[in-house]
Amino acid sequence: MFNRFTRRDTIKLGAGVGAATLLGSTSLRAAIPTNDATAPDLPIEDGAELRVLRPAKFVDGDEVLFQQNTEAFTAATGVPVRIDVESWEDLRPKTAVAANVGQGADVVLAWSDDPHKFADSCLDLTDIATYLGERYGGWYPLAERMGTSNGRWIAMPIGASGGRVCYRKSMINEVGFDAVPEDVDGFLDMNQKLHAAGTPGGLALGNAVGDANAWCHWLVWAFGGHMVDEEDNVTINSPETIEALKYAKALYATFIPGTLAWLDAANNKAYLDSQISWTQNGISIYYAAKNSDDQAIKEIAEDTYHARMPIGPVGQATERCLMVNSMVFNFTPYPNAAKRYLQFMMEHEQYDQWLQASIGYWGHPLAAYENSEIWSVDPKHEVFKGVIEDSLWDGYKGSVGEASAAVLSDFVMVQMVASVCADQATPEEAAAEAERRARRYYRS
Amino acid sequence: MAATSDSYVMRPRPDNWLARLFDNKSFLIFICMLPCAGLLLLFLTYPLGLGVWLAFTDTRIGGAGEFIGLFNYELLFTDRVFWMAVWWTVFYTVAATILKFGLGLWLALLLNHYVPFKSILRAIILVPWIVPTVLSAIAFWWIYDPQFSIISYVLVDVLEWRTTYIDFLGDPWNARWSLIAANVWRGIPFVAICLLAGLQTISPSLYEAAMIDGATAWQRFWHITFPMLMPILAVVLTFSVIFTFTDFQLVYAITRGGPVNSTHLMATLAFQRAIPGGQLGEGAAIAVAMIPFLVAATFFSYFALARRKWQQGGDDE
Repeated sequence: MFNRFTRRDTIKLGAGVGAATLLGSTSLRAAIPTNDATAPDLPIEDGAELRVLRPAKFVDGDEVLFQQNTEAFTAATGVPVRIDVESWEDLRPKTAVAANVGQGADVVLAWSDDPHKFADSCLDLTDIATYLGERYGGWYPLAERMGTSNGRWIAMPIGASGGRVCYRKSMINEVGFDAVPEDVDGFLDMNQKLHAAGTPGGLALGNAVGDANAWCHWLVWAFGGHMVDEEDNVTINSPETIEALKYAKALYATFIPGTLAWLDAANNKAYLDSQISWTQNGISIYYAAKNSDDQAIKEIAEDTYHARMPIGPVGQATERCLMVNSMVFNFTPYPNAAKRYLQFMMEHEQYDQWLQASIGYWGHPLAAYENSEIWSVDPKHEVFKGVIEDSLWDGYKGSVGEASAAVLSDFVMVQMVASVCADQATPEEAAAEAERRARRYYRS
Repeated sequence: MAATSDSYVMRPRPDNWLARLFDNKSFLIFICMLPCAGLLLLFLTYPLGLGVWLAFTDTRIGGAGEFIGLFNYELLFTDRVFWMAVWWTVFYTVAATILKFGLGLWLALLLNHYVPFKSILRAIILVPWIVPTVLSAIAFWWIYDPQFSIISYVLVDVLEWRTTYIDFLGDPWNARWSLIAANVWRGIPFVAICLLAGLQTISPSLYEAAMIDGATAWQRFWHITFPMLMPILAVVLTFSVIFTFTDFQLVYAITRGGPVNSTHLMATLAFQRAIPGGQLGEGAAIAVAMIPFLVAATFFSYFALARRKWQQGGDDE
């Protein structure tokens, strides 16, 4: 497999594989089915060392296992790896600056379509992506869409966090519902009853990178609206969007006051303080509650259930996911070491442990990992299993690239919804304004 | 006497070009200013020039840009979000500056009187200014939280004066005034301490003379304190306007420009477009658009407020 093998490498690799086998045989972890595939031949450069930039953890296990897996890589290959953790909001600018100045990080776990903004600075990862796809049952179509540009893998999705309805069962039972309705009308009805009962829900409408984008995109897509069509023509100003905005206004009327100011952490805080009966979020709320030392919060965890976001008139699920898309800058002096690192992190010995430690916060991009025990160990995890399989992408239905990323970071979709909810604009005005703003990015 | 003067022999001046060069006064001035000029060029002129240049290009992050003339400005001219940011930045600066100067001057006058524990009080007053902006911004973020605000908690749950929590940051005007309040809180110490320094330079004999003439407290303030403070007031005002106009951290940490862009300052909008949005050229154009305002503010304070005639109670000619 490797053409420049040193004796030390062999011993270390042997030890690493040995340890992995030992772990595998002693745990009861569900096996991840693998196909035979030959890993690309990537001799590690002499004196290689790597700097990795990644977003901060939302669940502890994520970062702990990521660090452990990285240490295992260092033990197996002798390549020292330094991990820099950035807050969610800072990751974008840091990635951008690294791309612009040509130094600062070799590997970045970037946000969704960020690598497409710097496609010229991305190392071609086609060889390892093809290998991993063959070995682990293939990439989900969304993962492939986010990873490839003109048929070339410029980035490799390693996980995605998806928003689901995270609700207090006792509270929705109280207003006469057994489960969260699966259609938007029933959903609105439930919310009106929750509001009347004094246990409203709440969704972020501030400039919240994760939460506000998640539900505003779900909403518009659920009613058949989309920012652009397949040819990247701006199509947001449509009757479907206006219907979605009317629905948003009705739904907003049932929310707890203050959601226009909510940033990403606000719904977690309000939920864990029992101020809201439901919100849309990743699994992190449940995880935080379950692992709390506070008995009252533990009880919230027992009462917490998850459900898919309801399906709108388009008749199919329209959730969005926040993808973590790993990339290697082509200015790195150690491209092979960087690729080997990413490949190592995606192999099941490492990746499955990471999935489990993140308790379902990150969904998998490779089909074989649907057999991971994390999705069956707790029935409340299961709804997060298909995050990458079922979601739509930012910039749907168009291409993934600079324009879609710019529209996303300018919060065009969120502000369209928020301006209607805040009574600053009619649905028609808001859709026209969003169209005008999106056109600025989709020009040329 | 004669012996000494005879023994003094003037050393012959080394007559080479280097010595002559260093004897040249203009050259010496030039040489001595070079390090400073170099620093200014490197750290002020170059970034400023680069910003101005970027504003004429369509540079995106991670890619090269091309010269596109005034296209960025044309785009901004028709951009409602930009105009809202301009309007709000001006409003924010004016409102915050008036409040800061009113309250700061008042505080300075109080501190200039005899108060017990004067030095400790003065030190404490500087605290809001010393605390890193982001820390105080995060403190305000909690104070203004829609669900966990201490103010809402006291009014609703403790005093029961209200039934609903105050939506500090969800309503545009609430959010705007909340931000102005946070900025004023941070900015008062700077104004107060500077003006206090100015107050202490005013000779007490002026007040004594005025009191003998029977001037009231208000007359003493208006005809002595205020004019004598004018030079320092002009300087502090200029600084304060510039700091407020270019504020970034408070807004970015507390509202991130929301709700619905109603609190985007030009600085935060420039950052959002340029860095997370990747439109470096457009972001630079927004930043460059701040320059005329800043220059105007500087000229205003220097030429309008610092005119000596006016300070001395005379009329304009």
